[in-house]
Amino acid sequence: MTDYAPLRLHVPEPTGRPGCKTDFSYLHLSPAGEVRKPAIDVEPAQTTDLAFSLVRVLDDQGNAVGPWAPELSHEQLLRGMRLMLKTRIFDARMLTAQRQKKMSFYMQCLGEEAIATAHTMALRDGDMTFPTYRQQGILITRDYPLKDMICQLLSNEQDPLKGRQLPIMYSSREKGFFSISGNLATQFIQAVGWGMASAIKGDTKISSAWIGDGATAESDFHTALTFAHVYRAPVILNVVNNQWAISTFQAIAGGEGTTFANRGVGCGIASLRVDGNDFLAVYAASQWAAERARRGHGPSLIEWVTYRAGPHSTSDDPSKYRPADDWTNFPLGDPIARLKQHLIGLGIWSDEQQEALQKELEAEVIAAQKQAERHGSLVDGHVFSAANLFDDVYKDLPEHLRRQRQELGV
Amino acid sequence: MNAVNQQHENAQAVTSMTMIQALRSAMDVMLERDDNVVVFGQDVGYFGGVFRCTEGLQKKYGTSRVFDAPISESGIIGAAVGMGAYGLRPVVEIQFADYVYPATDQLVSEAARIRYRSVNDFTVPMVVRMPCGGGIYGGQTHSQSPEAMFTQVCGLRTVMPSNPYDAKGLLIACIENDDPVIFLEPKRLYNGPFDGHHDRPVTPWSKHPASQVPEGYYSVPLDKAAIARPGNELTVLTYGTTVYVAQTAAEETGIDAEIIDLRSLWPLDLDTIVESVKKTGRCVIVHEATRTCGYGAELMSLVQEHCFHHLEAPIARVTGWDTPYPHAQEWDYFPGPARVGAAFKRAMEV
Repeated sequence: MTDYAPLRLHVPEPTGRPGCKTDFSYLHLSPAGEVRKPAIDVEPAQTTDLAFSLVRVLDDQGNAVGPWAPELSHEQLLRGMRLMLKTRIFDARMLTAQRQKKMSFYMQCLGEEAIATAHTMALRDGDMTFPTYRQQGILITRDYPLKDMICQLLSNEQDPLKGRQLPIMYSSREKGFFSISGNLATQFIQAVGWGMASAIKGDTKISSAWIGDGATAESDFHTALTFAHVYRAPVILNVVNNQWAISTFQAIAGGEGTTFANRGVGCGIASLRVDGNDFLAVYAASQWAAERARRGHGPSLIEWVTYRAGPHSTSDDPSKYRPADDWTNFPLGDPIARLKQHLIGLGIWSDEQQEALQKELEAEVIAAQKQAERHGSLVDGHVFSAANLFDDVYKDLPEHLRRQRQELGV
Repeated sequence: MNAVNQQHENAQAVTSMTMIQALRSAMDVMLERDDNVVVFGQDVGYFGGVFRCTEGLQKKYGTSRVFDAPISESGIIGAAVGMGAYGLRPVVEIQFADYVYPATDQLVSEAARIRYRSVNDFTVPMVVRMPCGGGIYGGQTHSQSPEAMFTQVCGLRTVMPSNPYDAKGLLIACIENDDPVIFLEPKRLYNGPFDGHHDRPVTPWSKHPASQVPEGYYSVPLDKAAIARPGNELTVLTYGTTVYVAQTAAEETGIDAEIIDLRSLWPLDLDTIVESVKKTGRCVIVHEATRTCGYGAELMSLVQEHCFHHLEAPIARVTGWDTPYPHAQEWDYFPGPARVGAAFKRAMEV
């Protein structure tokens, strides 16, 4: 006889499945303005409380409250609105283009627009970002031409990546946007290496690393935290917790009963958990972490709490694994609606202006799309010549690739 | 020794070096020449490496140029990729080639592809040094020869020296090269050449002409094989420790073998190979790595494709067995001069 009951394997489940309602109480939200703002040279171990609470600036009425309320000019706030809206309109338009079979694949960042845009506004030119496939807001904030983005999506004759990459895997050194890889998490440690390089050279540039909640389970998440901590690298380690990794709820990535921000504290990295749908909080936390890195106080980890409002990609149907109306119940709302409420409260914005901006940006995206489509697409066969498929494997074309190119007859 | 570099030798002082000293000298020269060169890895900094290959470098260049790393192969390679993207030239060390596997994703998915996928926007001018090979009673995880894992990855260069002169010149060439390079160092050759006769005392490098290494800068070109022993009856394609095994096998069998030390495994020097096999009509491939889908299979294919009408015998392979590298059965596993010599004889008898 044994005193022990049989052991059982615990497999986390989301509370909401199709046809049910998600219980979002697991998020542990703090009221706006309540979480303290530490000095930028805070000891990492002194951020434990911050890793379990939630930095928020905008309250339910749209007022900016508490110590994290950033000093942003009206012009900057309006720019933020424009960038978020532009990102959302771009996504919507490209989603339609994919449905029209103009491009093979697309991924939206619906609901996550505040994070990449406000964060990038807090960076400086020359800071390098190491994004995932869901930070198109970085390119938009840094004024990368929409036409070039769409040419990449169409894999056409003006695709900056010459048709070598899947749609959305952008790259722009000039805009500080590192080449996106399909392999998850790899860029997280690379960002740390880039920051180490900046420190080795006595530079003042910092790097910004990006990862999703699901990908934190990849081993490179851990290598990045370890190296960032060991070498005190000037890097901001951004974890975008949108609650979902394709069909997998964040609990199965290790989010149950803990936070991703807390992983940072455990590795000796100052960590924050921030409302990712609060444009002001995103800007303030990013600015804090950037300043901390730039002053040589070391890395920061920020968990951005948000919700992946759209499908994972154009190949995904979320109604098969989560409630259809989940986003409307997500307690942190919509980043665009929340900033709009704030701007109206400040008396610098109106429904009419929002509508006019929407129309203006729609026209801008449509114009860029028309420009891009003039250069063809994968569908109509106007792609880069096959001769270029052998280039850039190495710096110079080696003999075996020269022979293979001849064999193809190009 | 390479005639191309004769001028360098004439122009500067030459010292007798072991392979370890030659590799260290290469890193010293490049750390001095290029501010963007950084060296790091496990135990590489203060301690100077478990094989002494980086001894004194941290003291000379400081901790921001030469430093210790956490035990994390994917972290080391991943950080180096990021440094390369910034504009540095990282020279990183994986303590044993047997331990490179955790970094496979960073090497295959990232380092090898970034230039291609970004259309030259980002590049990774990185060298990954790793001691490889057996013959040292290293057992399963201190003896492997994983070169075929890398030669099949488009975008990587794979290089393996067999003597101090080449070790320094090739390492300098690799550090200067803008492509990511896997630099495999046969640890069996670190202190002296080794022909597989484990029963005899090993001679130090100082007794070998290739230990005469210029103190300053020189390079040995990549993608260029060396004829380690000219001959007319049989072509031997090999690299690393088995270069010496093949030389001894040629002496012991009396077969006039032309032994080609490939040096650059991929991309490789096909012209030298084809020219030799067309001359001899016979080809034996020798490597320590396991046989099936090993690098020798690619060499066989290339020789068959390019020299078919000149071949007078089937191409033969002498390799490690298709087993993990054993400890106690070291000399039954390692392709020594007896096994290699027997293959030479069979190739001549056909």
